[in-house]
Amino acid sequence: MAMGWLRSVGTAAFLVVLASAVVISEQATNRQKKKERVTVVYWEKWTGDEGDSMQKIVDWFNESQDRIFVQYLSISGVNDKTLLATSGGNPPDIAGIWGEQVAQFADAGALMDLTPMAEEAGLDRSDYIGPYWDMVFYNNKLVALPTTPASTAMHVNRSKMPPEYDSPEEFPKTIEELDALVDKVSKRSSDDRLILAGFLPSEPGWWNYGWGKLFGGKLMEGDKLTIDSPENIRAWTWVGQFGKKFGNREVQDFQSGFGNFSSPQNAFMTGKVATVLQGVWMANYIRLYQPKMDWYAVPFPYPADRPDLKGSSFLGLDIVVIPRGAKHPKEAFEFLKFVQRQDVMEKLCSMHGKNSPLSKVSENFFNTHQNKHIRLFDQLARTRVPLFADKLGIWAQLATELNNVTQEINLGTKTPEQALHDAQARLDGQWEVYKKQVLGR
Amino acid sequence: MKKPILTREAATAFLFASPWILGFLTFLAYPLLASLYYSFTNFSVLRVPSWVGISNYRELAGDEVFHIALKNTLLYVIAAVPLGSVMAILLALLLNTKVKGMAFYRTLFFIPSLVPMVALGVLWLWVFNGEYGLLNEGLRGLGVKSPPNWLGDPLWAKWTLILIAMWGSGNAMVIYLAGLQDVPVSLYEAAELDGAKLVAKTRHVTLPMISPVILFNVVMGMIGALQVFAVAYVMFPGGAPARSTYFFTTYLFDNAFKYQRMGYASAMGWVMFLITLGLTMLALRLSSKHVHYEAMQ
Repeated sequence: MAMGWLRSVGTAAFLVVLASAVVISEQATNRQKKKERVTVVYWEKWTGDEGDSMQKIVDWFNESQDRIFVQYLSISGVNDKTLLATSGGNPPDIAGIWGEQVAQFADAGALMDLTPMAEEAGLDRSDYIGPYWDMVFYNNKLVALPTTPASTAMHVNRSKMPPEYDSPEEFPKTIEELDALVDKVSKRSSDDRLILAGFLPSEPGWWNYGWGKLFGGKLMEGDKLTIDSPENIRAWTWVGQFGKKFGNREVQDFQSGFGNFSSPQNAFMTGKVATVLQGVWMANYIRLYQPKMDWYAVPFPYPADRPDLKGSSFLGLDIVVIPRGAKHPKEAFEFLKFVQRQDVMEKLCSMHGKNSPLSKVSENFFNTHQNKHIRLFDQLARTRVPLFADKLGIWAQLATELNNVTQEINLGTKTPEQALHDAQARLDGQWEVYKKQVLGR
Repeated sequence: MKKPILTREAATAFLFASPWILGFLTFLAYPLLASLYYSFTNFSVLRVPSWVGISNYRELAGDEVFHIALKNTLLYVIAAVPLGSVMAILLALLLNTKVKGMAFYRTLFFIPSLVPMVALGVLWLWVFNGEYGLLNEGLRGLGVKSPPNWLGDPLWAKWTLILIAMWGSGNAMVIYLAGLQDVPVSLYEAAELDGAKLVAKTRHVTLPMISPVILFNVVMGMIGALQVFAVAYVMFPGGAPARSTYFFTTYLFDNAFKYQRMGYASAMGWVMFLITLGLTMLALRLSSKHVHYEAMQ
């Protein structure tokens, strides 16, 4: 009798738990926050000030009309989570990822083709600075739209420069002249410890994939990877000479005292490196951590025998995509279209301290921008020699390998030829597997 | 009358156990079996898995980075497990003495093992910083002119992680402590009558008596060390410098979530399982003559 009663209670409890789970999970996964409007869920990587800036743009959009409500969520690891949510059939309507992930996401079939909607909205290449528009195209399809872009330049701490390099016009134009400057500026302490480096390619080491590109090298020609091309070997030999110049162990020890990029202990701001290759955003951090610093920016030098590479700059781009299976793609695109408006884009890029990806830029944008060198960064974005991540499905592996190559060369454990040759062999294998398994070639 | 497959009692038992059974089937058994299947497929999360036979395993055999990660992991296990065990046993022996305020000391030594791994990684970054780190400041104070570059030198980076592993000896220490308290006092008294001193008592009484506990902790420590991930991931992004701290699980994670090669990562997971199983069986076999279970009875 007691057993029967217990069993009935157990069954009832189980059914209640099950029913509650169904109701709660439905509530939890239902993203419609407002009944009278369509809720568009927007996942973005930005947090802090950058996240707040985007939230202001979202608020502006939400106030500008009464049909769509964009819900902005800062998500860490947004790329992984977007992929997993897409595979689970419940992706956000918009995801903010990085430009170099376009190929990987598109090859995985994770992105919606935005071409028809963009054509209908009248968006085309002429509205954008060419390379930024090209970055969001893959296999002749528009798979993303730009948000904030970046270009890079050499940042120079004027107080560390000899008088003859006091102005941007006087700064070395070629890499050979830069080498001479590094020799002149770098300092050692009385006990022979390195205390100031004129330049270090490994600080911050974010463009390790691109040293070859600065010397005219390519990572890919047609369908073949060209990691150990002569231009790339030349470039990484140049990178390696800093270890030889200062001592491999010496550089390691010196760098171990560098603080995080986003901190007052940043090596450039604390005067441990006199120059640094950095993006347009660097001015934000200087203003925050070292507002009195006297600095200027110039295009990164080019090899003396390759004047055609003058004015080259690494370009990067934050992008927004509509994942496959998004519930409200049309409404999501409405918001993306809004962000592409010149006044909106300028507001966002201005708040982020970046240049604009649009071809038309207002004088007001330049005049009110927080970065005093914003015109230079705009010019660099329009360079004849844009350097950016190749649209390659194994870009993550390639970038990892080239980081490793750079470390091996900096540590002196491998010669540039050896390190690049080994990376080429590993990447060739991975590329073959990727072509076969993902691209079906 | 036909006998029912399940008696009423058994059915009730299953009903009450059903939350756990459902959880086990959904969150453990299914993923486990699914990963075995995926290890024979090309699976990128978003596309339907396609059968590739043993090609993931064949690729692993020739994958240089996999070999580096495996070698790093095994070296870490070889160094971290014995050192961690010795540390935990020594601490447990010390904390098993009769000293005033022992409860406080026991708590003090256990607390470090409660610190979250990521916080621990960030904290150690500052301790081991080559230029400003507490450790090198101390070494310079002791007259070491050129202390190691713990984080930037491939030779030292792995040792940094091994040293950090000892920080978390608290869990093993507590288990050893429980084992030590089970050792009958009469055995120590008998040993003392035979003239045994501290070292002899430890060697001939304590260690044999807690040998099953040592075996348990070594096996668990080995399994944990094979899965080293969080601290290394936080302190040495990408396995820097030059992949000297790139471990099995880091490579598995990168393949699964960075390169979206879930099939390949699943194959790695099963290779890890086989290695763990093999090492555990080896440990059990090698220890059979040195572990005295009769002491636990």
